[in-house]
Amino acid sequence: MSGILVVFESAGNSWHRMSFEALAGALELARTVGGEVVACAPGFGPAEAAAELASFGVSEVLALEHEALAEYTADAWVAALTEAVRERQPEWVILPHTYQTRDFAPALAVRMDRTLMGDSTGFSMEDGVPVFERLLFQGRLVGRFVFETPAPNFVSFQAGAFRAAQPTGASAAVTVLRPALDAGCIRQRPEPPFRDSAQAVDLSAAERIVAVGRGIQEEGNLELARELAEALGAELAASRPICDNGWLPMERQVGSSGQTVAPKLYVALGISGAIQHIVGMKGSGCVVAINRDPKAPIFEIADYALVGDLFEIAPALIETLRQESAS
Amino acid sequence: MKILVALKQVPARDLPVEADGACAWIGESSLSYEMNEPDAYALEAALRLKESAGGEVIAVSCGPERIASTLREALAKGADRAIQIAVEGEAARGTDPSVTARLLETAIREEQPDLVLTGLQSDDTGSGQTGVMLAARLGWPHATLVVAIEAGAGELRVKRELEAGWFQHVTLPLPAVLTVQSGISRLRYATLMGIKRAKTKEIRRIEPPAEALPAAGLRLKALNEPRRQRETQYLEGSPAEQAAQLVEKLRFEARVL
Ligand SMILES: Cc1cc2nc3c(=O)[nH]c(=O)nc-3n(C[C@H](O)[C@H](O)[C@H](O)COP(=O)(O)OP(=O)(O)OC[C@H]3O[C@@H](n4cnc5c(N)ncnc54)[C@H](O)[C@@H]3O)c2cc1C
Ligand SMILES: Nc1ncnc2c1ncn2[C@@H]1O[C@H](COP(=O)(O)O)[C@@H](O)[C@H]1O
Repeated sequence: MSGILVVFESAGNSWHRMSFEALAGALELARTVGGEVVACAPGFGPAEAAAELASFGVSEVLALEHEALAEYTADAWVAALTEAVRERQPEWVILPHTYQTRDFAPALAVRMDRTLMGDSTGFSMEDGVPVFERLLFQGRLVGRFVFETPAPNFVSFQAGAFRAAQPTGASAAVTVLRPALDAGCIRQRPEPPFRDSAQAVDLSAAERIVAVGRGIQEEGNLELARELAEALGAELAASRPICDNGWLPMERQVGSSGQTVAPKLYVALGISGAIQHIVGMKGSGCVVAINRDPKAPIFEIADYALVGDLFEIAPALIETLRQESAS
Repeated sequence: MKILVALKQVPARDLPVEADGACAWIGESSLSYEMNEPDAYALEAALRLKESAGGEVIAVSCGPERIASTLREALAKGADRAIQIAVEGEAARGTDPSVTARLLETAIREEQPDLVLTGLQSDDTGSGQTGVMLAARLGWPHATLVVAIEAGAGELRVKRELEAGWFQHVTLPLPAVLTVQSGISRLRYATLMGIKRAKTKEIRRIEPPAEALPAAGLRLKALNEPRRQRETQYLEGSPAEQAAQLVEKLRFEARVL
């Protein structure tokens, strides 16, 4: 057992950007614990795209090719990757923590009689072993975990845990492995991906956004957020529970399953700051957080923190802004 | 259809959680608990499937004594019966989801349901893995992040959420495991009648013998406060003072107004 296998995720003709972040994590792990890094790319006919990975500091690119890997299914991915892991016997299997990884990696780990350290934000060495970190309790605490099982062990890295790996100029060999995959064993029958509705609002172009979260408590109180948005010349957006409740349309949801935004100003009103929300807005220029819980994780990424009751602070802000524009 | 729903009881959302003195786990004495929110959606989906196609809904949860209140809530909302897998301490926390998956597996093999629903993620330990691991252990197909379910003959067609506002339909044969995304349908409240009826419904206890508890592959070494990622300025004072400072700073320091 040696080395690290990094599982790449294709996205059309290229790669999911988080694959390169996971690769960076794997390269860092290799620098600390030793071993070589192999990029593993499941798909069908990815040879060219796979060859492109050869210059990213890996020792080999392992293209897993099979017709049954032409489109994603959990069963095909688990079967093909189980074979790759058995064949290569890596010490570590590293994955990007994408929705696709969430769908198959826990099953892959079980197939190998292991568990998965999912959604890790990084690692450090202690007593000669890597200790992996992960946010717990909705981002309010960080758990530090060690594996109790022998190799191979499985880790997926959260978006932004590492800065994406860059090409190094060196070039590695590309090996093609054709897994003995029986298409008859694939039980999921997927249909092509689609978007629900043409998006009427494009929040990605907004210069200022007021995003409202569950702290607003009732649908009727949304008016307060609307007024604040208006006073700031901002678009109104929301966290998931607000859209789940049907208080605002899905197209105004910011986060991993909604829109990704990067306004100059982002005001988070009664939003706790779960990672799935943060990934959608962390590119914002200036972040203002208004929350009554001084330990809310949103404050960790805020430039300006207003701890207190939004039902007092938001009206005061609206008032201040209105007075200003009147004078 | 016989549907089993896995429910986790988690610390109530709005209460502060802090590490205990040893940074080994959270201080539990001041907490109150509630049903994990995504699991409430999984339960809702199960009840709706039963209402349209008939069958039985069984709620199952692993954890200490207190989880009985969450199972009662599920019974009050319309689950037919419940199973409490009595475990304490580390095995009950979910720090290694493969342990939870194994505990659930035993109960599911006994019950032989057609469908298992889980929430997509627990709000406390948040692995988002238990359902998928369970499916792999049972040898059943699964689909994650499910936002709609259509029942067919011996199969299901589900709508899955993908990243960035994309969706996909997937058809899979029964028996299967689905992990349900929040927002799948509006949640119901328990009626007074439901609460009354729940008192007469069965909660079966399973007590796995200590020596049979699954070994964890991941151990929580320590629980700490997160590190800050930005220089945060805290604006103090009354709401009016906070507001005045913020507008001033947005205009002249950040220059975003
Ligand atoms: C796969 C997956 C995808 C997801 N996708 C998304 C996504 O795209 N977008 C998204 O947002 N979430 C997403 N989520 C959900 C996410 O994990 C969180 O549950 C969600 O972001 C929480 O929303 P919130 O902050 O509004 O609510 P909560 O976490 O409940 O926070 C409410 C906050 O309001 C504060 N508050 C309450 N009352 C007041 C008051 N009077 N004054 C001031 N503050 C107050 C509280 O202190 C708390 O911090 C996803 C989750 C998963 C697992
Ligand atoms: N202790 C438990 N008892 C019953 N179900 C659980 C338990 N822990 C997790 N689950 C189920 O598995 C889902 C995912 O949990 P997790 O993998 O911990 O994020 C939850 O939404 C529950 O449906």
